[in-house]
Amino acid sequence: MTHSKPVKNEKEMDDIKKEKKKWEETIKSKPKPRKGVAFETISGIPLDMLYTPCDIENLNYLKDLGFPGEYPFTRSVRHNLYRGRLWTMRQFAGFGTAKDTNKRYKFLLEHGETGLSVAFDFPTLYGRDSDDPFSEGEVGKCGVAISSLKDMEILFDGIPLDRVSTSMTINGPAPMLWAFYIAAAENQGVSREKLIGTIQNDILKEYIAQKSWLFPPEPSMRLIVDTFEFGSKSVPKWNTISISGYHIREAGSTALQELAFTLKDGLTYVEEGIKRGLDVDSFAPRLSLFFDSHSDFFEEIAKFRAARRIWAREMKETFGAKDKHSWLLRFHTQTAGVSLTAKQPENNIVRVALQALAAILGGTQSLHTNSMDETWALPTEKAALIALRTQQIIAYESGVPNVIDPLGGSYFIESLTNKLEEGTYEYFDKIDKLGGMIKAIEVNFPQRELTEASFRFQKSMEKKERIAVGVNEFVKEGEELEIPILMIDKSVEEEQQKKLESLRKERDNERVERALEQIRKTCDGNENIMPALIEAAHSYATLGEISQAMKDVFGEYEETPIF
Amino acid sequence: MKSIRILMAKAGLDGHDRGIKVVSRALRDAGFEVIYTGLHQTPEMIVESAVQEDVNLVGISVLSGAHMTIFNKVLNLLREKGRDDIVIFGGGIIPLEDMEKLKNIGVEKLFGPGTPTSEIIEWTQKKFNIEPNS
Repeated sequence: MTHSKPVKNEKEMDDIKKEKKKWEETIKSKPKPRKGVAFETISGIPLDMLYTPCDIENLNYLKDLGFPGEYPFTRSVRHNLYRGRLWTMRQFAGFGTAKDTNKRYKFLLEHGETGLSVAFDFPTLYGRDSDDPFSEGEVGKCGVAISSLKDMEILFDGIPLDRVSTSMTINGPAPMLWAFYIAAAENQGVSREKLIGTIQNDILKEYIAQKSWLFPPEPSMRLIVDTFEFGSKSVPKWNTISISGYHIREAGSTALQELAFTLKDGLTYVEEGIKRGLDVDSFAPRLSLFFDSHSDFFEEIAKFRAARRIWAREMKETFGAKDKHSWLLRFHTQTAGVSLTAKQPENNIVRVALQALAAILGGTQSLHTNSMDETWALPTEKAALIALRTQQIIAYESGVPNVIDPLGGSYFIESLTNKLEEGTYEYFDKIDKLGGMIKAIEVNFPQRELTEASFRFQKSMEKKERIAVGVNEFVKEGEELEIPILMIDKSVEEEQQKKLESLRKERDNERVERALEQIRKTCDGNENIMPALIEAAHSYATLGEISQAMKDVFGEYEETPIF
Repeated sequence: MKSIRILMAKAGLDGHDRGIKVVSRALRDAGFEVIYTGLHQTPEMIVESAVQEDVNLVGISVLSGAHMTIFNKVLNLLREKGRDDIVIFGGGIIPLEDMEKLKNIGVEKLFGPGTPTSEIIEWTQKKFNIEPNS
């Protein structure tokens, strides 16, 4: 059998172009494109009907794609990717009390999840105790309530912290919750160097999208670099940040904006670390990222690939990182919550499956799949199990993990990857002209971009240029909700309040006071915050008390609302 | 024609503001005067703003699960101030059985996820006897 010659020579390109023109002529006599459908990606990149070698004429395999685990990592950051080890099945979970959530973690681990992921309630996300007046009605409602080391110990009761990896979605109070985790591990007899996990700890995207901030930008950045430093010295297996695009995307941005803003945030953190005097290779290997996996299947895959290539280039060329591990974009993915529907919720199982598949074809290191009922409430056990099974079915039944970057070389995918990369650099330019990402956030640039994008998206839905099955098309009249919904009882709040009352009586309050004073001193000075926080954790100072001590020095952030 | 003023509020600690921004903008584009409070409004702050701004309608968005506490407080406070003429509506992540309870305590309308903004605009226009713009 003869193999065709590599399609790299000019004559062949010309021939293809000629044939393509002929085919385009033939198309003119065929049925018109489906009316009203937007033949473009969610980012607005126009989609041709067909892609050919001409669309990637200038692609150089070794320079632009390379090999898995080798610069520029377009195809994978790992040499053998899922052939070596499947992605971590890491389901985001948390509700009610630490005891309730501990039960759910054991359930998920029993059923095959391979990493833990903590969802905190809103009071905890804002550094407030369960009995804070602002916490009324909010305790345990959208995540687990953690007000002290005591709660953290209960959360991981019976779960040895030297045998699991844990990701914690926490930002403003990230250093505090990390201190609780480290202290809980120590109380289990597990030393810091053994701990594996991640704190999200990405304040820039809080200002842009998720909005669970505490302090203003300057002290927040100081705390983040403190965690980089502490991690690299004392908790070397820990990812001290999860630079996130998920929330930016969920708040309304396009895939391109998600990619550009996330990477720019990440590069800003690298700059901050270097400003502190840290050697880039001392902390960069432990930077991780977090992306959304949304509905436009191929755009998402291209996004992940472009992300790896851009990050590698910037780390190597712009920051001069020498350690190969500094060039690797390792990321977690969550399927797009915002794409799920309240109508006909079982359909969400299908949406999540497609989005999960895109993440896997995109080479994600770890994955969370949403549950079908999340437009109504936190997941029931049954819905959470289906979400986990979705990953396992792809992993074990589809064959997809057996080949690395199977879509590599696709004329369409490579073209789209290139376009997303170009668009990203255009955004980098715009942001640089504004004075960098922190300045850009101050003038509301990324916030406006995503707000505009979300409004455009809504309009396109209402014009039926985009369809949401069951919502604006294929609607079931008089639909009744037929799935059970998880309800969080008010007793959670009462129980937490009682526990805090006892805690404050039983602990050594002098030790607490000393610890809080030390925190204030440290905030005011230059020392790394983590040792003081860990001591405060061990003293059973509450999250609210610690946060307040820090607010006393740093102040609080306030945003200027736009819409 | 009297212009209808609407206060749009994010209540409690919930930081999800995509929906409220989209709805606020749609209402503004439809000709209503819209004031957006921003995040982290307590029921007291919402009621004070509503009275000060002399609005006809208050929209509250809650995705955090704290809806029962928040709507209850807002309605009670408005009643105390003798301003239960102000119409309350809302949206967010609210289980069906809670939607029923909220309607029974005086929340006029709740718009769940996926509601087109045109539906919200039409409802508002009907509520205040406004002819839809041509």
